[in-house]
Amino acid sequence: MVIGVLALQGDFKEHMASLRSHGVEGRDVRTPADLKEVNALILPGGESTTMAKLLISSGLNKEIVQRAKKKMPIWGTCAGAILLATDVVSPVPLECTLGLLDMTVERNSYGRQLNSFLGQVEGLKEPFDASFIRAPRISRLGRGVRVLARCRKDRVMMREKNILATTFHTELGGENKVLEYFLSQMIEKR
Amino acid sequence: MSQAKATFLLKDGFARMFKGGVIMDVVNAEQAKVAEEAGACAVMALERVPADIRATGGVARMTDPKLIKAIMKAVTIPVMAKARIGHFVEAQILQALKVDFIDESEVLSPADEQYHIDKHDYKVPFVCGARDLGEALRRIKEGAAMIRTKGEAGTGDIVQAVRHARAIQEQIDALKTMNESVLEQAAIDMRVTVELVQQVKELGRLPVVNFAAGGVATPADAALMMQLGMDGVFVGSGIFKSSDPAKRARAIVEAVTHYNDPKKLAKVSEDLGEAMEGINAGEIELRMEDRGV
Repeated sequence: MVIGVLALQGDFKEHMASLRSHGVEGRDVRTPADLKEVNALILPGGESTTMAKLLISSGLNKEIVQRAKKKMPIWGTCAGAILLATDVVSPVPLECTLGLLDMTVERNSYGRQLNSFLGQVEGLKEPFDASFIRAPRISRLGRGVRVLARCRKDRVMMREKNILATTFHTELGGENKVLEYFLSQMIEKR
Repeated sequence: MSQAKATFLLKDGFARMFKGGVIMDVVNAEQAKVAEEAGACAVMALERVPADIRATGGVARMTDPKLIKAIMKAVTIPVMAKARIGHFVEAQILQALKVDFIDESEVLSPADEQYHIDKHDYKVPFVCGARDLGEALRRIKEGAAMIRTKGEAGTGDIVQAVRHARAIQEQIDALKTMNESVLEQAAIDMRVTVELVQQVKELGRLPVVNFAAGGVATPADAALMMQLGMDGVFVGSGIFKSSDPAKRARAIVEAVTHYNDPKKLAKVSEDLGEAMEGINAGEIELRMEDRGV
């Protein structure tokens, strides 16, 4: 089992370190050839506009969609969640989302960096604190999408079959409860 | 329930989102859009790029808030702005404008010869320049959430940035062989706590995100800094002082992502037009890197 981390831009090294600390083999994914070597994929945090452009120029956008159709588990965090959405509305529409999770995302919905916050996420076995950094918010969810966790009233962790999205970060240190969920519920249980 | 804001975790965490990316200097909303379109992960809003600051001389200060606001309105990516070294009121103003990051920068004329801004006092995170490990750790001690090489801004000459990147890494490597008492002396020499030095020794790198800056003019320059272990790249004058900024910006973004792939680097380096004219860092009179140590 090798878990790929999309390494075009963003905090992919933090995800890689988190994988290592869970005893899982990780691999940077920058090209379609890299993608062939992995069994699951994490889309890291970072700048969604930047990653969207690099997804197109690398040809990875089409390849990831193909693999998703073949049930490869994919987890997107923050910017990664934005890339997974079928619709990205504000402040401006984003070109090339992967369109793998039926939801509408509002980018930077809480405001600028001054409004970034540590929030309590509830819905998994135990509540935990997570970083919401210039985080997006979900304004619409498709009928096939399950909400797995919320922060205050906001839906912050969503799953549609083999696709998982979180609007927050758990890879920046401490326990990575979402990675544990991804590994145990979406990879080992397949 | 907890809703903590502006903790160091959030500042440092935000800086981590820039990794593997390119932060570009822009002087108006139009350039900011070009940068965003090219794939910049953030822009630095300023009135004059360093090459022009060099050319025109005089005191360089914080940018007009009107311009910063126009740039913030024009793009969705994060916007940074520069305050003068030690000018804590310029920093207060930038925070009031809600910029996403403040660069306490030697590119502007320093406002204080002794003290840097006490960056712990701010909710907005700071990035600061450094030439060696001591400078980097002093800035971190003052609250910087991100470090960049000083390089020599506005020259288009990469040599200083390389020197600073190598100096920091060599000094970190040297910590590995130091015992407790030698580490204590190193901390005293660098005017920081031994705990911070110990942390760097254990990590084998700076405890915060570390970008290259100063003199990056080509995709190859950017990839060079990445191969030297930098987390990402600032490009100042290098883009909008070149003949085809959009294309060069795009190429540098690709180069930072695919920095270990020479074939890809060859492809993106092709037909970019003229790079910024540049000036050898050894030939200049104003050495910005000497400011704020």
